[in-house]
Amino acid sequence: MDLNSTLSPLLGGAVIGVAVTVMLLFNGRVTGISGIIASSLSKPSKQGLWRWMFLAGMIVGGLIMQGLRPDYFVNLSGRGLAVVTIAGVLVGYGTVMGSGCTSGHGVCGMSRFSVRSALATITFMLFGFLAVQIVRIFFGGLA
Amino acid sequence: MKSNLTQQNLVSFFVGLLFATGLAISGMTQPQKVIGFLNPWDWDPSLLFVMLGAIGVHLISYPLVRRRSSPLLDTKWHVPTRKDITTRLIVGSALFGIGWGLSGFCPGPALTSLASGDMRSVLFVAAMIFGMILFKKTEPFLRLRE
Repeated sequence: MDLNSTLSPLLGGAVIGVAVTVMLLFNGRVTGISGIIASSLSKPSKQGLWRWMFLAGMIVGGLIMQGLRPDYFVNLSGRGLAVVTIAGVLVGYGTVMGSGCTSGHGVCGMSRFSVRSALATITFMLFGFLAVQIVRIFFGGLA
Repeated sequence: MKSNLTQQNLVSFFVGLLFATGLAISGMTQPQKVIGFLNPWDWDPSLLFVMLGAIGVHLISYPLVRRRSSPLLDTKWHVPTRKDITTRLIVGSALFGIGWGLSGFCPGPALTSLASGDMRSVLFVAAMIFGMILFKKTEPFLRLRE
């Protein structure tokens, strides 16, 4: 196991842990990214501006990291545009239906021992595993 | 203390910046690492360590922060309190999981990787927003208990 698959993820994960802690301590909110995106789509309001600020921060953060380490953004998944588009619709539909994604359920929910979030996390991990296996078996890893 | 929206907005921007930085450092903006985690035959442990790092920090910080009667910049907490296990929680998470495994993207890393200009990131985010709107439009016809 190399450092790219152990120490860097652990460090990056800790940074994410600090980020969600800052959000909770100052704003009293859960950092659930799918929920923030979905709610930002409804009518703009003064009370909802924080969501746009958060999303802007994510975009700017991405641009800074892309400038520093473009190698962190190389997509070697082998997945084509059609598969990625279908996947995007499923992720959008599913995260709103299931009230959360990897950040809201996986990180924030699991950290406060939410049974709902634990079940959601087990479910999306299981179905993610199944999807990867179907692509691997029927399309040889590429689709 | 009354809620201070301007300061909350600045904190949100900073948290977004920090979150995206953490995702990039952890390798989550490389979909092959997520797909590798979901494939035991060619396993990439990255996602496990990201979760260990993030949950490890928040498991400790969450109870400490919640000792306060309110957040620093607001009058009340906005943390979800629901406990009911619903069909839509499980079916929604299953659909999300399939899309996650197909692409190697979940919402945060997809948004962060827009910076690369890669068409797959751009199309994924556009499709994801379409999927979110589609759920809101079709929700009344699903007759799912909220």
